[in-house]
Amino acid sequence: MESTTTDHAAEIDRHVRVYLTVFASLMVLTLVTVGISRFHFPVPIAVTVALLVATVKGGLVACYFMHLISEKRLIIAILALTVFFFIALVALPVITVHDGFWMRG
Amino acid sequence: MEIPYAVEVRRDTGLINGKIGIWLFLASEVMLFGALFASYILIRTGSPSWPRGDTMLDVRLATFNTLVLISSSVTMVMAWASLMRHRFETFRMYMGATILLGLVFLIVKYFEYSAHIHEGAVPSTNNFLAIYYTLTGLHMLHVAGGMAVNAYFWGPGAKLWKTNPEWFTNRVEHSGLFWHFVDLVWIFLFPTLYLL
Amino acid sequence: MSEQAVVTHAPHGAHEAHHHEELGFWRKYVFSVDHKVIGIQYGVTGLLFLLFGFSLMMLMRWQLAYPGAALPLIGRIVGEARMPGGTIVPEFYNELGAMHGTIMVFLGVVPLAVGGFGNFVLPLQIGAPDMAFPKLNMASYWFFFLGGVTMLASFAAPGGAAQSGWTSYTPLSVIAGSGQTWWLVGMIFLITSSLLGAVNFITTTIQLRAKGLTFMRFPFFVWAQFVTAFLLLLAFPPLEAAGVMQLMDRVAGTSFFLPSGLVVSGQVIQRAGGGNPLLWQHLFWFLAHPEVYVLILPAMGIVAEVIANNTRKPLWGYRTMVYSVIFLGFMSFIVWAHHMFMTGMGTAMAAFFQTTTMIISIPSVAILTSLIISLWGGSIRYNTPMLFALAFLPMFGIGGLTGLPLGLNVADIPLHDTYYVIAHFHYVVAPGTIFALFAGIYYWFPKATGRKMNEMLGAIHFAGSFVCMNIVFMPMFLVGLAGVSRRLFDGGATYSFSQPVLHLNVVSSWGAWTLALFQIPFIFNFFWSIWKGEKTDANPWQATTMEWAAPSPPPHGNFLETPEAHRGPYEYSVSGASKDYVLQSEA
Repeated sequence: MESTTTDHAAEIDRHVRVYLTVFASLMVLTLVTVGISRFHFPVPIAVTVALLVATVKGGLVACYFMHLISEKRLIIAILALTVFFFIALVALPVITVHDGFWMRG
Repeated sequence: MEIPYAVEVRRDTGLINGKIGIWLFLASEVMLFGALFASYILIRTGSPSWPRGDTMLDVRLATFNTLVLISSSVTMVMAWASLMRHRFETFRMYMGATILLGLVFLIVKYFEYSAHIHEGAVPSTNNFLAIYYTLTGLHMLHVAGGMAVNAYFWGPGAKLWKTNPEWFTNRVEHSGLFWHFVDLVWIFLFPTLYLL
Repeated sequence: MSEQAVVTHAPHGAHEAHHHEELGFWRKYVFSVDHKVIGIQYGVTGLLFLLFGFSLMMLMRWQLAYPGAALPLIGRIVGEARMPGGTIVPEFYNELGAMHGTIMVFLGVVPLAVGGFGNFVLPLQIGAPDMAFPKLNMASYWFFFLGGVTMLASFAAPGGAAQSGWTSYTPLSVIAGSGQTWWLVGMIFLITSSLLGAVNFITTTIQLRAKGLTFMRFPFFVWAQFVTAFLLLLAFPPLEAAGVMQLMDRVAGTSFFLPSGLVVSGQVIQRAGGGNPLLWQHLFWFLAHPEVYVLILPAMGIVAEVIANNTRKPLWGYRTMVYSVIFLGFMSFIVWAHHMFMTGMGTAMAAFFQTTTMIISIPSVAILTSLIISLWGGSIRYNTPMLFALAFLPMFGIGGLTGLPLGLNVADIPLHDTYYVIAHFHYVVAPGTIFALFAGIYYWFPKATGRKMNEMLGAIHFAGSFVCMNIVFMPMFLVGLAGVSRRLFDGGATYSFSQPVLHLNVVSSWGAWTLALFQIPFIFNFFWSIWKGEKTDANPWQATTMEWAAPSPPPHGNFLETPEAHRGPYEYSVSGASKDYVLQSEA
């Protein structure tokens, strides 16, 4: 999707159909994730499943509502870099703390 | 003096300035909320015990709120699509709906917070509540900020449609990107805080 | 452009013609959206804060040289609460220390290096009319200003300004006086300023570069600012989050950073507990390590420009330098816990962080080596910018090399939090970065004002500063190796192992006070030259980069004709050319 006002009417109609499909999927997945949580699975499994569902939902929002699926490489590159550092930020402190003295015994 | 590529696309990047600008800003927001998620993980895994979300918080209200925010994301993108189709009144309708849905979200959260505070469940009570209030509070500030910008484009800012419709459409798109991001954060916040 | 823009003006008497706006005083000089004005605002404000932060240290150095001695005049000005009978009390010493660090890093060096030089020079060097988002640029400056005012105002808080180190480690900072809250609020303003600025710099560099200016034709200064902007963009937000959490701990009674059962003054504090002080450290250093590269990268950029110009030859190893600076920026995000080796870290993660830290020294060395080799075979001109740029090389070399033992887990054990660390980082920032910033001021002063600064005064400024910097900081390595910890309010006087090195505190102090005296020629020169400096044309240094194609000073919009880049950035001594330099934009 370019940010030009050249009227691609049919193209926009197609996009709107996608938006509505994504909308429906998001609603369904929301109810799914709430439903699964009712089973009170052990924490590691519950976390994995919940984050997986959230990632799918987030992915749909990012790819289709935010048009990332057809976005320019530069933007994708910046986001990829960000995701790498995000993972470092989320993983390294908790790993370091658990590898450390204060968590032993 | 005109700044180049504010409205027309630069050929080798294929982008306008505002598009890059908003994505860069969103990248920084990923790191902001990422730090809070990292904190949540660190504190929770370091705790001898941690309450399950549904024992502390109202899942039904939050599920409703999740559906509200998702809907507002749809109306937001439809608002932009309306501009792309040159349907200004439809844009106003969808943008208005987006703002209203945002307002509903905030009102529900107000009721949630009031109920907790009434029971004495405040940030200082325990770390679950501390991180809950901080994460949702910061998120709410972003909802409010997004609503303010959207309200500007629905109201006084809409004048720009008459003088420069292309630029106006782009700015609404960028505002929409911010709004979708706010929705995206909630998509992760909701299960993390309420369901796990 | 905006063919669709129908600009309608209601008839009126005042200004606002579309292109030839005559802006009033406030819109032209105070709330300007012109990157050059904003750059000067940042630069001057930054220099003032540097001076203030330096003054705080000079006061500290009295206590370090003569612990417990009364300081006559200044003691009375500071007041009885902080200096009873003219002697510095420990709390005041801590206030001075925390605010010295905070002000120098966040209100002095970065605003000058990035806000000042970045704003002024970057658009000119890429042939752009301004930044991509001029209004956002103005907002960035005012957020910085707000943050600065907040930090200064914090001295008036009951109990004084922040006094838990610039690092604000918890839980001490959580239970500290109200000045710490001001610090946190100030930091939020400053971080906001940096984030908005980073968005602007990156977008501008990518989108507004002139035709023909490919990435590998950028002056190295542009690359340095570009990478720096990414560091600011992605590393600052976690500190902002941490700042919010510390505010919550202080104001809302949460326990993010308070462990269970914390005892303060003999009593268990009434808090929920369950928090982790290490969480603060991880989030703080996640920013603060990339921050030190924010401090050095613009400096390397400036030095590169000045060296190329004053050797009359291209930089050696341009490509290597570019790949190195990109790699450096990337690595800077995954080394931070080398600041935390002594927190009970396990051997696995210590090994990880010391490995990444050793790896990051490689691009650093590559850049320094390239700059040194660039001197070989050059026709060196020893003007003031070049003197500072040349001195930067060995000074940064010392600073960088002395960092190596700190980056190794085991070697860090005796050195952590000693004066050795202080010496290491001051070598990099003080005769390192600040010298580069001086070089930049002398170098670009003619572009901003149309006049040159005086060379004689510049030489005195340089010589005195160079000698004094080494007098101040070299002894500190020895003091640290003897085992004297940093942040001791008496400089280690009460410890037996300090006795053999205590006299070095006196040496450092006198060095610092003399260093202050040698800044006077600079301050005088700076202001005097604005009105009385030797007038110059657009390109007094016969330089190649595009800012020198614009008039001195450049008008609103910068260039009389939109420039196009026709060659690389350092076409000096090209055989067959009529002059020993060819402007990047020359047709």
